[in-house]
Amino acid sequence: MRLSPDEIIFWQDGFLKLNATIVFTWGLMLVLAIGAKLITRRLSMDLNRSRWQNLLEIVVTGIVTQIEGVGLNQPQKYLGFLGTLFLFVASASLCTVIPGYEPPTGSLSTTVALALCVLVAVPMFGIEEQGVGNYLKSYIEPTFIMLPFNIISEISRTLALAVRLFGNMMSGAMIVGILLSITPFIFPVVMTLLGLLTGLVQAYIFFILAAVYIAAATRVRKPTTKPIAEL
Amino acid sequence: MLIDWFTVGAQVLNFLILVWLMKRFLYKPILHAIDAREKRIASELADADAKRAEAQKDREEFQHKNAEFDRQRAALLNKATDEANAERQRLLDEARLAAETLRAKRQDTLMREYLNLNDEITRRTHEEVFAIARKTLTDLAGASLEESMSEAFTCRLRALSKETKERLANALKTSSEPALVRSAFDLTPDLQAAIQNAINESFSADIDVHFETKSAIIGGIELIANGRKIAWSIEDYLTALQKDVGELLKAPSAPQDPPVSPLNVKAGPRQESGTESATPEEVK
Repeated sequence: MRLSPDEIIFWQDGFLKLNATIVFTWGLMLVLAIGAKLITRRLSMDLNRSRWQNLLEIVVTGIVTQIEGVGLNQPQKYLGFLGTLFLFVASASLCTVIPGYEPPTGSLSTTVALALCVLVAVPMFGIEEQGVGNYLKSYIEPTFIMLPFNIISEISRTLALAVRLFGNMMSGAMIVGILLSITPFIFPVVMTLLGLLTGLVQAYIFFILAAVYIAAATRVRKPTTKPIAEL
Repeated sequence: MLIDWFTVGAQVLNFLILVWLMKRFLYKPILHAIDAREKRIASELADADAKRAEAQKDREEFQHKNAEFDRQRAALLNKATDEANAERQRLLDEARLAAETLRAKRQDTLMREYLNLNDEITRRTHEEVFAIARKTLTDLAGASLEESMSEAFTCRLRALSKETKERLANALKTSSEPALVRSAFDLTPDLQAAIQNAINESFSADIDVHFETKSAIIGGIELIANGRKIAWSIEDYLTALQKDVGELLKAPSAPQDPPVSPLNVKAGPRQESGTESATPEEVK
């Protein structure tokens, strides 16, 4: 039983290898980039625009709206990172309808990579927004006793991000595989549709959690006023 | 082991590349297009607002001008109406005045014609009266009348005042020509002698007298010497009477039934001439 597309290796030279995860990721990257390039090649600034442009505009403005909804005041600043997270995870899930396709997000390596990106991006955005000192100070608030718990929280939530996405995507693919072996064709199709829904939900969850983490890190804390009695 | 760290690294790199690609080919162009469209819509809305404001301003200006135009038109109309009324009144007054002047002139002309006719009738009448009187007296003239006239002449000669006699005597004496005695008919030698005697007695001198007959003297005798004349004749009476009657006719014979009109009150030749003439009572 194959749990991850990492196991499908096309080429290997020592440490370097070219497995299905990387290949399908490249494929998705190509599709996304070329598709975006093709559609945005003839962008209309007018009121009349193509359906594809409409679709892309809906997607982009939807992402921007969601980022704003989380509480980030400058959504376009985070659009590149968060939007790409969503689009990559969502497109990886949607492409599961293609026969022979293995979603890269079904590999723990990919989800860990994405989670690591979030793990790095959160403090980067936080430091950029409120400075190194203020950001690091947030780990020892309200007291320095919270420092280990905060660090554990950072690690655990990154792990949770990675495992949640991997588990959902892997389970979806595995369920379809198992059902294909024991039931007729109709039921796996239904499960595949359900898997599409699950994948989109997971993409949204991944995206929104990353946004929430970034929002929490970039939130400028107001200076706490100590009670008069303590003075 | 589910995690292949080379794959993790590769996926991180792939993801970063994908982020760049998406930024480059998707987000920037799309956001740029959306911004451009929003700007365009905003500018169009602003333009529409400006145009609407301008249209509103134009409309208000137009309404204001329209109201001003209406007001001016009404004012001009009122002014024109007033002027037309004034002009009509003026023309009516002029026409009335002209009509009244014309009527007055016609009235005056009629009055003049009436007076002229009246004068002519009066003149003809008294001319006829005198012609009839002359004719009658001429027809009656005869020897006995001549005698009477001679007697009346001599009586008158004798009855002259002393001063008159002296003036006549001087005239007779200084005259180189003989005194002239005119009569309408030939005087008989007796009557001539009687007159000669009366003259001689009256002037106490022997006066050379020449007798002459002149039919124009209707009935009477006259003595002419050196530009002075003493006479007694019916012609004189008639001439005096004619003179009196003429003066009487010259007097403003007030029209018995003068047409009454407002113009006559203002001016009229009748009144003007009346002031120059004497009334019949004054003549008397």
